[in-house]
Amino acid sequence: METLFGITGKDFVIAAYDTKAVASITMMKIGEDKSRNLNDHSVMLYSGEPGDGVHFAEYIERNVKLNGIRHGLEMSPKAVASFARRELADSLRSRKPYSVNLLIAGYDVKKDTPALYWMDHLASSAEVPFAAHGYGAYYCLSMMDRYHRPDITEEEGIKLLKMCINELRTRMILNMPDFVAKVVTKEGIRVVQL
Amino acid sequence: MDALVSKYAHSSASPLDSSEGFSQAGFDAAQQFALPMFDIPMVSNPIDFLRAHTDPSAENRIRIQHGTTTLAFKFQGGIVVAVDSRASGGSYIASQTVKKVIEINPYLLGTMAGGAADCQYWERELGRRCRLYELRNKERISVAAASKILSNMVYDYKGMGLSMGTMITGWDKTGPALYYVDSDGSRLKGERFSVGSGSTFAYGVLDTGYDFDMSVDDAIALGKRSIYHACHRDAYSGGSVNVFHVKESGWEFKGNFDFDKLHWDYQAQPKGQIV
Repeated sequence: METLFGITGKDFVIAAYDTKAVASITMMKIGEDKSRNLNDHSVMLYSGEPGDGVHFAEYIERNVKLNGIRHGLEMSPKAVASFARRELADSLRSRKPYSVNLLIAGYDVKKDTPALYWMDHLASSAEVPFAAHGYGAYYCLSMMDRYHRPDITEEEGIKLLKMCINELRTRMILNMPDFVAKVVTKEGIRVVQL
Repeated sequence: MDALVSKYAHSSASPLDSSEGFSQAGFDAAQQFALPMFDIPMVSNPIDFLRAHTDPSAENRIRIQHGTTTLAFKFQGGIVVAVDSRASGGSYIASQTVKKVIEINPYLLGTMAGGAADCQYWERELGRRCRLYELRNKERISVAAASKILSNMVYDYKGMGLSMGTMITGWDKTGPALYYVDSDGSRLKGERFSVGSGSTFAYGVLDTGYDFDMSVDDAIALGKRSIYHACHRDAYSGGSVNVFHVKESGWEFKGNFDFDKLHWDYQAQPKGQIV
């Protein structure tokens, strides 16, 4: 089962995904990228129906980039999330809706604040201080409730993420391999191997 | 039997020769069509058989060739592709001589698992698009781009009944490349894949015997053996093993090995070393 995490802090957001690619009972790959950088300051993590995730994320990615080129301005994380939500909501009322769960992590350069949006496959979207998707959420949301503060540092954020992953490794019946985290700050997006 | 076929072939072809003008030298239509392909199933009642293998609620819904074992892996000397050759529909074996490696062009290979027709049709269409790319750009298409074309084509038909699990391999500017593409839209780049009902068995042997630095001969032997073991354990895989090697100069066919013969060859050998 795929798991996505997101944690905001004082001046950063961490978004993490497990790198498993599964087909029925077989692990086809470890090291799959389940994220797309939408622009210099926002990243989208996806999980759900195979194929839909990549397709939807790349569609959003290209349109966000096009918008940036057209207007010479970067879309804010809020704008990106609103756009993605609208596209998902429209698709939901089509013959074949996308079945993807999303986390959109970004840094709003103008307001100088981090932003994290949680969105499910029914296109309900919420700005949250921390978030999780998949079965991992059932274990880790309580841990985040217990340990998260809005003013945590990046090191603490990474530590909390590692605590969550450790919990999954001890309690989840399925083997949870490596996670990859993307940290978004004022300076841009950075990859951290966990 | 041969005499009978040739007699029948000649008599049915001759009226065409005169009236339709099919008399080009070297082409004998009846002979061409008389090749034993997917014949009428050798069962007591073919109509009952057909009923069991079709879905009356959907029009023209026939599904054969589901069970399969295919594998491909990258190593120091390129890529080895190995497949079995059995086509089955439920418990019925439709053919033991299916070509499950589809030669898209001289430097691209595709493998076939799932619906035979779907794989053949879409990989031929992929070949056509790759050729158009080549003519337009005066450059060979990368394996990444080719696999993405296939993935996008089948993604357009998602949820409409396509069934295919395929590996696209080849050699491009970036070196050897291997992608797994399936009909629900997954496209994964990787080092080592196995697809089909026998894939779990093949993975077991392949993963334990794999070493990136192995020689070409060892790699081919490993591919062959992995398919053999899958054929042995998986009822829906069998027939023979086809092996290909992908090199910088393109792919090369490494032979067809009858399963029964392989079985006794391997039985005569000692078991592998446990490390």
